[in-house]
Amino acid sequence: MIPVTTPLNLPTIPAFTLPPLIARLGAQQPQWPHSVNLVLALNAARKLNVLPEESLQELEGRTFRVTVLDTGMVVDFAYRAGAFRPVFRASATPDLHFTAQLSAFLQMVSRQEDPDTLFFNRSLSIEGDTELGLRVKNMLDALEWPRLAWQGLRPTFLKR
Amino acid sequence: MTKPQLVCPAGSLAALKAAVDNGADDVYLGFRNDTNARNFAGLNFDDKSLVEGIRYAHQRQCRVLAAINTYAQAGRFADWARSVDKAAELGIDAVIIADPGLLDYATKTHPALRRHLSVQASATSYEAINFCKEKFGIQRAVLPRVLTLAQVENVIRNTEVEIEVFGFGSLCVMNEGRCWLSSYATGESPNTVGACSPAKYVKWEKKPDEMDVRLNGILIDRYGNDENAGYPTICKGRFEVAGETYYAMEEPASLNVLEMLPEIIKIGVAAIKVEGRQRSPTYVAQVTRNLRQALDAVIAAPDKYSVKPAWAAELAKVSEGSQITLGAYNRPWR
Repeated sequence: MIPVTTPLNLPTIPAFTLPPLIARLGAQQPQWPHSVNLVLALNAARKLNVLPEESLQELEGRTFRVTVLDTGMVVDFAYRAGAFRPVFRASATPDLHFTAQLSAFLQMVSRQEDPDTLFFNRSLSIEGDTELGLRVKNMLDALEWPRLAWQGLRPTFLKR
Repeated sequence: MTKPQLVCPAGSLAALKAAVDNGADDVYLGFRNDTNARNFAGLNFDDKSLVEGIRYAHQRQCRVLAAINTYAQAGRFADWARSVDKAAELGIDAVIIADPGLLDYATKTHPALRRHLSVQASATSYEAINFCKEKFGIQRAVLPRVLTLAQVENVIRNTEVEIEVFGFGSLCVMNEGRCWLSSYATGESPNTVGACSPAKYVKWEKKPDEMDVRLNGILIDRYGNDENAGYPTICKGRFEVAGETYYAMEEPASLNVLEMLPEIIKIGVAAIKVEGRQRSPTYVAQVTRNLRQALDAVIAAPDKYSVKPAWAAELAKVSEGSQITLGAYNRPWR
């Protein structure tokens, strides 16, 4: 039988908003550890060749910000000299800025919701260089999560 | 009752697999250049993903169609011809073409390659379609979304060419293949560069109480914080006309024919198309799955068919502006 690569059997993520206190506290914490963590994860994905080299080259020299509204988290990073790097003193206007609640980001990365759907219903906002935003969106859309998940879960001796 | 083919979009290999796995009969895609009308950064297929996509689909009895549906630009005909050659070499099942010059090239160079007339050719009459059959041997024509159901039926009765109609997706300004609105603002249009509102001209500006969207500096809409957004195209903008500001051309909405699916099948359409090569694999999976179930339900028992609330809800959610419409199919005016 030919294996079916979708869907991912993940639990359904409802739309939710965390209590305002979390955002208030979160906004008072230092943000740099978030940037460092995300950059570590992105660079790991890059080294595993999950992110296509050709698309990454198009990100060279560009700055990014991700704001998670209901956790008060703001992450600034850049892609420079072939790697993601944290940005500690961010400019007021990065090249690309994604803003959403935590639940919308989770729904998007788990492929439960389509980014355009989230954009149409105003759950996701994208500001800055629209073409760069489209490129990043299309790069994320082109990733084949399910196959990766399966390969990761299968014991090594079963791998072809 | 003929069972129509379900034709689904793919902007990436992941989307192609989502379409195939969820029940598409045909998947249509574009190459990574301006020979297709969804020419966006990071979208579409390079040679490697194309070979893998064709292999994946063919293994599962699904056909792959290549949209080469922009118009060859002056001095660059070879680029479009190369796309047709590539489709033939890689084993694409049919090419979807609008430009008569390119159709002629495909007919003469690759007579065995199936040719479909693209919606961008704007052929709405059986005379136009029969002409393309006589000259270019087209086997299928995709009708623009401007005809009523009765008009679609009239076309089908008067041609041997298979007729494909749109079943779901973002609506166009009902002037497919002839639209220059985007050129008015940017000098670029779907027929010339393969995109309406090319992203480099689009600017979303978030303000405390509203969000503005501009195309090359021209304000095309202003959304309140509780309003749904649409694609940043001029046709779906709100403009001041005679002292009133409103959607002067059309509202952002998606076509959804679930409600009239039995009638569409009854008149004998050969294929039903889903719009959205620019959308994610999630959208492709959601729409393909729901339309597959609806189509199968009609074929199994046309008289007992009714739209399941779950199909309607999921399709409404992914719709542009979160609104759906039957479009031209049931409009009262002619």
